[in-house]
Amino acid sequence: MIDKTLSSCAQAVAHVHDGATVMFGGFGSVGVPGRLVDALRDQGARDLTIISNGASDAALSPLFEAGRVKKLIASFPSPTSHQFRARYLNGEVQLELVPQGTLVERIRAGGSGLGGIYTPTGVGTELAEGKEVRVIDGREYLLELPLKADFAFVKAHLGDRLGNLMYRGTMRNFNMVMATAGSVVAAEVERIVPAGEIPPEQVHTPGIFIDHVVQAERHPRLVELPKEGAQA
Amino acid sequence: MMLTRDGIAWRIARDLREGQYVNLGVGIPVLVANYLDPDQEIFLHSENGILGVGPKPKRENLDLDLVSAGKGFCTLVSGAAIFDQQQSFIMMRGGHVTHAILGAIEVAENGDFANWRVHGEAVPGVGGAMDLGVGAQNIFVAMSHVTNKGKPKIVKTCSAPLTARRRVKRIYTDLAIVDVADDGLVLREVMPGNSTADIQAKTGAPLKIALDCREMDVPETASNGARLRQ
Repeated sequence: MIDKTLSSCAQAVAHVHDGATVMFGGFGSVGVPGRLVDALRDQGARDLTIISNGASDAALSPLFEAGRVKKLIASFPSPTSHQFRARYLNGEVQLELVPQGTLVERIRAGGSGLGGIYTPTGVGTELAEGKEVRVIDGREYLLELPLKADFAFVKAHLGDRLGNLMYRGTMRNFNMVMATAGSVVAAEVERIVPAGEIPPEQVHTPGIFIDHVVQAERHPRLVELPKEGAQA
Repeated sequence: MMLTRDGIAWRIARDLREGQYVNLGVGIPVLVANYLDPDQEIFLHSENGILGVGPKPKRENLDLDLVSAGKGFCTLVSGAAIFDQQQSFIMMRGGHVTHAILGAIEVAENGDFANWRVHGEAVPGVGGAMDLGVGAQNIFVAMSHVTNKGKPKIVKTCSAPLTARRRVKRIYTDLAIVDVADDGLVLREVMPGNSTADIQAKTGAPLKIALDCREMDVPETASNGARLRQ
């Protein structure tokens, strides 16, 4: 019987090696595998290249604080990414800035066996520097190369022993595409359910993409309640 | 007389119509949501995978798994759809989102615009700005007419790093509405108390005056009590 479930986050990150490239899903506080982030910090691998939309403290600060990151590939290391920003500004961490839609499509190319994509995004801007420009039907496009990772860590609402995943709310974000682009893909889920319980039409990420499933409670760092009176 | 930030948002909302799919950027643009006509079905798009963003939730019914592009918690309107980042950017870059309302640092007379990085910013972040910039059917810019030092933000050539080339269709400022036409800028509406010459003096590129150029008609306050002009 196939069983991709693991009993701890530590097992899911055990084989991450120094210098590995690691993807983390999530957008804002939603869909971030926060327990796997902590487990990777505790595991100790260094010189990591992290691929993530951003680098907010709520999502990734443990890895930056512990000095484990060599390079970040991201679209929006926002002003709330204090731990990243401090280390970027002192030269400890490099940044490769990628427009968000290009980041998505580079990961998709990596996961789907493509050699790259041509996108109009960024043409004529400083983010086009050094990139091949090709004119197709009279419009300029940039060649953007695929992104793959040694490990992709994603977050879902439900998962089963086969690796099938179902998300809720806006959790899908980068998780669905990143699940296709890691050599090893581990999913942190809120609940493991028996195989067959997720209706086939509701399987958002099919188990073929997933190697490990681990159940963990939402990390308290990611439960950012809005300040009093913040509602519109 | 000039528009407040809410006033600019109110005026933009008057130009949106039922059936449009609209992405609102940070700053003045997100305020547009407060002034849409509730009788018209206009769907708000959020880059992290929502069509049909609703108002912010009350504390008691907030869903920890539901945020919009600004990373704040949100609600969904009836008929909303949720999807992943890839489908979301297909909508943005692929020309399916009908309108992107964006803030800007500068807009050039040919429709180039700069809105992702100010000069000297230590840590850059681009997010989805360039994808929307190249892809949304209509790019509307919402911004103050001049910087807080009085320098024109509508210019001949952008000096700040570009977001996308030749894409801005219309500029809504606190003083005027300016269209970007194939042969240059066209002044369409002016806030009362300003002459077209006043507006030209605060604009860094030549303006043609539309034949039907008129005074902007914006009330003193909105129905939510916000001040629209000052």
